[in-house]
Amino acid sequence: MKISTDEVLHVAQLARLKLDDEAVGKFSGQVADILDYVETLNQVDTTGITPTSHAISLTNALRDDKPAVHLDREDVLANAPEKGEGAFIVPRIIGDPS
Amino acid sequence: MNKLHEMTIHQARTLLEKKEISSEDLTRSVLAQIDRVNPGLNAYITVSGDDAMAQARQADQAISRGETAPLTGIPLAIKDLICTKGVRTTCGSKILENFIPPYDAAVIKKLRQAGAVVVGKLNMDEFAMGSSTEHSAFGPTRNPWDPTRIPGGSSGGSAVAVAADMCLGALGSDTGGSIRQPAAHCGVVGLKPTYGRVSRFGLVAFASSLDQIGPLAKNVTDCALLLNAVAGYDPADSTSVPRSVPDYAGFSSSDLKDLTIGIPREYQSTGGMDPDVSRAMTEAVRKIEDLGASVVSVSLPHTAYAVAAYYVIAPSEASSNLARYDGVKYGRRDTDAETLIDMYRQTRAKGFGPEVQRRIIIGTYALSAGYYDAYYGKASQVRTLITDDFRKAFERCDVIASPVTPTPAWKIGEMADDPLSMYLSDIFTLSANLAGVPGLSVPCGFSRDGLPIGLQLMGPHFAEDTLLKVAYNFEQATDFHTKKPNLKDIS
Repeated sequence: MKISTDEVLHVAQLARLKLDDEAVGKFSGQVADILDYVETLNQVDTTGITPTSHAISLTNALRDDKPAVHLDREDVLANAPEKGEGAFIVPRIIGDPS
Repeated sequence: MNKLHEMTIHQARTLLEKKEISSEDLTRSVLAQIDRVNPGLNAYITVSGDDAMAQARQADQAISRGETAPLTGIPLAIKDLICTKGVRTTCGSKILENFIPPYDAAVIKKLRQAGAVVVGKLNMDEFAMGSSTEHSAFGPTRNPWDPTRIPGGSSGGSAVAVAADMCLGALGSDTGGSIRQPAAHCGVVGLKPTYGRVSRFGLVAFASSLDQIGPLAKNVTDCALLLNAVAGYDPADSTSVPRSVPDYAGFSSSDLKDLTIGIPREYQSTGGMDPDVSRAMTEAVRKIEDLGASVVSVSLPHTAYAVAAYYVIAPSEASSNLARYDGVKYGRRDTDAETLIDMYRQTRAKGFGPEVQRRIIIGTYALSAGYYDAYYGKASQVRTLITDDFRKAFERCDVIASPVTPTPAWKIGEMADDPLSMYLSDIFTLSANLAGVPGLSVPCGFSRDGLPIGLQLMGPHFAEDTLLKVAYNFEQATDFHTKKPNLKDIS
């Protein structure tokens, strides 16, 4: 299987990773090798087999809707790279950055 | 008497309770050992010495008041992806280099309630992705038996800290073998509990359907004492199982006449098996037979597909879990970007190392439109077949015995540019994560080069007590756990 550099760049965009040319070249080869190996799964007949998403059969874990103590806002914001007025600050989202 | 830091948890606990030693002296001895050998081994990312000494003094006061809990005054260390309130938790990543959790993980709360002294945080492959502890932003950890070799991973720091007496016991996490494999490579005992046995609340997620926290210890008794302290239901982890916790240290010297040990046929025909590992395995099985257990051949027919299924499922879940590192709420942010989307892309490209980026790419690819059914869907179906293999095998035996790894520890750098070869070395361990069953590694020999070899014992869901009983009696009948690495030249 071959993965084109365009495909790697598309997936990197989906994953919000900015890859340089060297990384794109290296990953396209390595990811292709790994996906080739993964193709061996197609040797297994899985007709009618239910997929496993959870190793232990549990039903939904529900709890009573009761108020409880949560983390203090200042404690939560303490690790934020940029903060102000009790909120996380992020770069501009809408409009021309210039 | 051993030097204080060389003691087992069980020995230290007895002497602490008799007030023959103090936790302060014990903790000081552990910190001095860290000073001596950690520069050469790099097991710790963070040592919180002052904090540890303060906890030790509190423990001594508690002991003098007669208020002892199961681990009072015992210095332990924690893999650096388990949140510790006020002590930075990096996951071995630049992106979390300065992250200081505002809360304790459930297991840390439990350890504190049990009286333990938390000494520091241990090195690991970044976000637990790796089998060698070379993929850490804080440099590789070295194997104390041969510092030119890897200690295994991803809980390499945990295994090394235990093997080199830099703590009395440690917690690690295991997503595909990350407790058992480094335990085997470093000659210590490591246990991956049943999925849901230990709360994952406060464990930084890698692959949520596979991750489990567990102990690494100097012997089987210590391993059981640590599991006693951390096991149990937690309402904050919706996948933890509401089931009572037995006394895991309740085993005693006994024969194993009532037990049947299964040897998987498919594991014997796996390529790349080191002859020293095969020999150690054969001798270990013979020893277990001598102890009275019956040995039968069992089949796990889908073994050949476990690595492929795992390397779809784990990266897929990881790509989703690691989406949260976006430079907004915590962790590193790249400040050059002018738009939000570029900030995300640059922060993540600079913050994550190559192995993490590789797995995010694989996982994102496998989950992307048009590929989901072919990769994630298919792998999840094969996972069902692998789980069924174990269920059927455990109708014929109580415990499955196998090697932990096909080879002893390899040289640092040997697999650096060959991720697939490294993935294939997980062949014996990752099925247990896919099936959610418990697995334990106990020392069972040495290679001709003097490198430790581990025996893996796997059991049905929640059969940790059976695994510990077999391991304990095996340990009593052998002397591998008494051998120590020579640390004289390490500094």
